[in-house]
Amino acid sequence: MVEYTWPDRKDSSVLGGSHDKVDGPAKCTGTAKYSYDITPPKTALARALGCPHAHCKIKSIDTAPAEKVAGVVHARALKKPGDEIEWQGELIAVVVGETEGAVAEGLAAIKADYEPLDVFVNEEDLDAAEAAGRARKGPGKVQLENEPGDDEDEDAFEEKEIARLFREAAAVVEGRYGIRAITHMCLEPHGSTCDWQDGKLTAHLSTQNVSGTPGQFGGPLGITADDVTVHCDYIGGGFGSKFAADSWGVLAATLSKDLNRPVKLMLDRDTELKIAGARPSGFADVKVGANSEGVITIWDSHHWSTGGMGGGSLSQDVMPYVIVPPNFRRRTTNVRTNTGPTRAWRAPNHPQGCALSQTAIDDVAAKLGMDSYELFRRNLVNVPEERRKLYEEEMKIAAKLMDWKAKWHPHGKGPKDGSVVSGLGMAIHTWRGGGHPSSCRVKIHPDGGVEAFLGSQDLGTGTRTVIATVLAETFGLPVDAVKVNIGSSKYPPSGPSGGSTTVGGVAESSRHAGLDALAQLNEKVAAKLGAKAQDLVAKDGRISDKNNADKGLSWKEACGLLGMNPLEVTSRGAPGRDSKLSSSGVGGVQMAEVAVDRETGVVRMKKFVAVQDMGLVVNRKTAESQILGAMIMGIAFSLFEERIMDAKSGAFLNAEIADYKLPRLGDVGELVVEIYEPEEERARGVIGLGEPPVIGPGAAISNAVANALGVRVPVLPMTPKQVLDTLKARGA
Amino acid sequence: MKAFEYAAPRSEEEALELLAPEPGTSEVLAGGTDLLGLMKKMIVTPSRVVSLSRVASLKRIDADSQGMRIGAMVTLDDLLAHPATAKYPALEQALRGFGSLQMQSQGTLGGELCQRPRCWYFRGGHGLLAERGRAVAEGDNRFHAIFDNAGPAKFVSPSRVAPALVALGATLRVIGPEPGDETQMPLELLYRTPKDERQREHDLLPNQVVAQIVLPAADGRRSAAYEVHHGAGGQDDPIVSAAASLTMHGNIVADARIVLGQVAPTPWTSHEAIRAIVGAPVDQRTAEAAGEAAVSVAAPLSHNQFKVQLAKVAVKRALLKAAGLQTGGLA
Ligand SMILES: Cc1cc2nc3c(=O)[nH]c(=O)nc-3n(C[C@H](O)[C@H](O)[C@H](O)COP(=O)(O)OP(=O)(O)OC[C@H]3O[C@@H](n4cnc5c(N)ncnc54)[C@H](O)[C@@H]3O)c2cc1C
Repeated sequence: MVEYTWPDRKDSSVLGGSHDKVDGPAKCTGTAKYSYDITPPKTALARALGCPHAHCKIKSIDTAPAEKVAGVVHARALKKPGDEIEWQGELIAVVVGETEGAVAEGLAAIKADYEPLDVFVNEEDLDAAEAAGRARKGPGKVQLENEPGDDEDEDAFEEKEIARLFREAAAVVEGRYGIRAITHMCLEPHGSTCDWQDGKLTAHLSTQNVSGTPGQFGGPLGITADDVTVHCDYIGGGFGSKFAADSWGVLAATLSKDLNRPVKLMLDRDTELKIAGARPSGFADVKVGANSEGVITIWDSHHWSTGGMGGGSLSQDVMPYVIVPPNFRRRTTNVRTNTGPTRAWRAPNHPQGCALSQTAIDDVAAKLGMDSYELFRRNLVNVPEERRKLYEEEMKIAAKLMDWKAKWHPHGKGPKDGSVVSGLGMAIHTWRGGGHPSSCRVKIHPDGGVEAFLGSQDLGTGTRTVIATVLAETFGLPVDAVKVNIGSSKYPPSGPSGGSTTVGGVAESSRHAGLDALAQLNEKVAAKLGAKAQDLVAKDGRISDKNNADKGLSWKEACGLLGMNPLEVTSRGAPGRDSKLSSSGVGGVQMAEVAVDRETGVVRMKKFVAVQDMGLVVNRKTAESQILGAMIMGIAFSLFEERIMDAKSGAFLNAEIADYKLPRLGDVGELVVEIYEPEEERARGVIGLGEPPVIGPGAAISNAVANALGVRVPVLPMTPKQVLDTLKARGA
Repeated sequence: MKAFEYAAPRSEEEALELLAPEPGTSEVLAGGTDLLGLMKKMIVTPSRVVSLSRVASLKRIDADSQGMRIGAMVTLDDLLAHPATAKYPALEQALRGFGSLQMQSQGTLGGELCQRPRCWYFRGGHGLLAERGRAVAEGDNRFHAIFDNAGPAKFVSPSRVAPALVALGATLRVIGPEPGDETQMPLELLYRTPKDERQREHDLLPNQVVAQIVLPAADGRRSAAYEVHHGAGGQDDPIVSAAASLTMHGNIVADARIVLGQVAPTPWTSHEAIRAIVGAPVDQRTAEAAGEAAVSVAAPLSHNQFKVQLAKVAVKRALLKAAGLQTGGLA
């Protein structure tokens, strides 16, 4: 009976160590081939035409002139007269050609006529949305400790009770907060190269979902998933926007089938930004009451947001976020805008929820003249009990790394260096991150070589390295002795990489497969050594008897016992309640220190501290990198990034890298990462990390800016414009 | 990108012969960092591209006691590395502002001065004046002009080097339209605010080329450039910039040139700021007053009020920096 556990910290050789990414050199030297790089011989290039209008009816569309352009192989309309287009960039026609130039000229030659319809893109203005008939009431929730009397009207009681709680509160803060929509901005745009041959399809798809996409191609092409292979060795960013084959993926496959040659269709940059995913915005009217200790007693919020025409908007259950008082009411409104549909974005809903609510909570500290740290600490009574201690410990560590006590000053009362003021802010967050279903095939060759096969994908997070680390630990080998094969749908299936589920999933399956394979190998070794199989340990390149270290074989000798054929074992992970290998649910604390130039509105990150738990750490280096990356991404949406729409035409104005502002390295300041992994956390096993550290930055940085200025800049990103406009409006 | 003919002449004369007199038919290619993007998006669709990369005369820098002659094809990096550049702090600081290896090693001085506006309505294919200015006036104009924006042109001059060069009194040697033709003109006069879509943001004929940029001797003038960016890191286009160049009599400003970038369709010489500072010493108060004077004639659009504040601060800080004083703010 194999027991699926991790070795203790002291018995671990590579588990929890700091290992370079196994694919690092390939990525740095350019030998790594991303989907965009794959161009089989005879590939035809395809590009789709995005609709220039945000809302219109197609009156006519003629692709014949495109077919006349030299070098164009084929052109077709994707929409027909009468079809309604609801956001700019939606694909209406496609041109296939021999060269990019020919395709571009072909696209320009297409003649299309549109009937413009009413456009609405400004969800920030709720009154305007209501006037335009674009606002629709969403779900909400009320939770009150007291209950209405038997014959009391529930709504009237609710109003009365909430009013009473606010009346009795020692401090009440009311404000409007917001966070604008951003896009996924994948460096490698969405797309694929599809190669149809003899009734079978190979799709080189830039995807977060290698195992789950074959069926999405098969159906529309009239074949079954077994005749589809999806490949993705390297992906240049997905962040939640690349789970599906997408209409343009199926289109590339269809074109390949029809033209009988490989077809490459990658979205161009502006189309990528317009249609391939955005994170919903969030705006909220918040009223929050606290007792004289600063403990939040009552919360009342109404938030609105847009998912565009097709996507989800900000969910209701992230308000208030983590700090949830016993009495609260939340209401939501969904606004329909003529913008591309939203998609899941790293930790869906949480960054917005955190930014909208923990800013309001910090404003209570300002109102009471209280240290924000103290206010957050006191409000740990309002977080789920099982994580109170965790947050408290993480807060202590973060405060020490930030030197919070020494640097703290009350909101707006810090020293001034000319026009420059500094401030501190913090936020806490949570995420689930349980492992997804995953299977792993392990192959041990008679010469000692070890391979693993999983239908998973490495988003750049270090999945390959994690799998290699787990198997290396299991077999007592160095990390680079394990060859990891992922990125093909022909390998044993793994779930999509979303929700921070991958590390738990693949750690489970590779540990299971590794231990199962080792058990079989140990039977042979035991027979040879005259030992008991259950007494054998694999460590430092040997399999030996734990009672007698001299009794053993080198790994190579042991594998030699396999005979002619490799040993091959496929196992499924078993994440869930009973697993000792993985778990779910993390916290995390972040603290930001900023300097703000009141004259220019420029915010500079001075120091940014993240303390993060994730259960058991498999590979420290990639874990730290994940957190660093998330912090930078958080700085991006806090200070730089936003989707800017033209109110009149609905055009996405900054759909270009030069105009879609992102931080440069010089903008990120000092980043400090501390992984929180005491024994009780490590004992929980592996938990996902990809998303949690991107949740807190919005609130932490906004709170730091508010602490510096003494004025809340209510909407993210806090660009110079936003900061100066706020200061002007507040007469500060 | 539309298919085009590529020409790589070896002399100024050959280049001029290859350029067509009709607007838009041929384009000059320098480093290509801007032009190629515009061609890919089909914002410009020349049928011939004339690369200047093999014209040796355009790649030289000559410096002596009279000043500096910089070929239009000199890369920003080579210019920055030239010892004479250090005599012109405003220029040096503007060049350092790029902070981008790629842009500095590929971009040329001529290309930097002639790069097309970044206006997102222009780059979105609506023309330089975008519905005769209506698209900008009624749209998102947060980065648009706060000066000289009453007409249809509301974009801003994107160049970050031009304000410094104008402040330093640079002149141009422009060649064409016919081989052998050449004109000298102050750099300031290269730029104009177009009135209709047939006009560009500069005054060159389609078959004229900027060949040299000529800087007079620095002669003890004190100068500086100051930029405000989206972040504190700096590797991005400025939102607003200002350059100042001063001649001092003792501690009194005898003569000043103060030029703002990214605030008007052309580099914007602020005569108001100049009047405010000439005859005074440079200190916090006078620099601030010059900033105030600069924006006294500002006319912000619906979304760019904040640029008025930035322009004021940029002028103040450029003056303080030129005078060797602390600028304050996030350096
Ligand atoms: C994606 C992107 C990001 C950028 N980021 C920044 C940034 O962060 N900071 C910043 O300051 N700048 C930035 N820029 C602008 C950059 O500075 C310019 O693109 C560059 O300086 C242009 O130089 P070039 O030699 O490559 O010009 P080209 O692209 O070759 O030419 C630009 C224009 O000038 C014309 N031209 C060139 N030389 C001459 C001449 N001698 N006579 C007449 N006309 C001429 C061309 O025909 C063309 O219209 C960015 C540009 C891009 C595209």
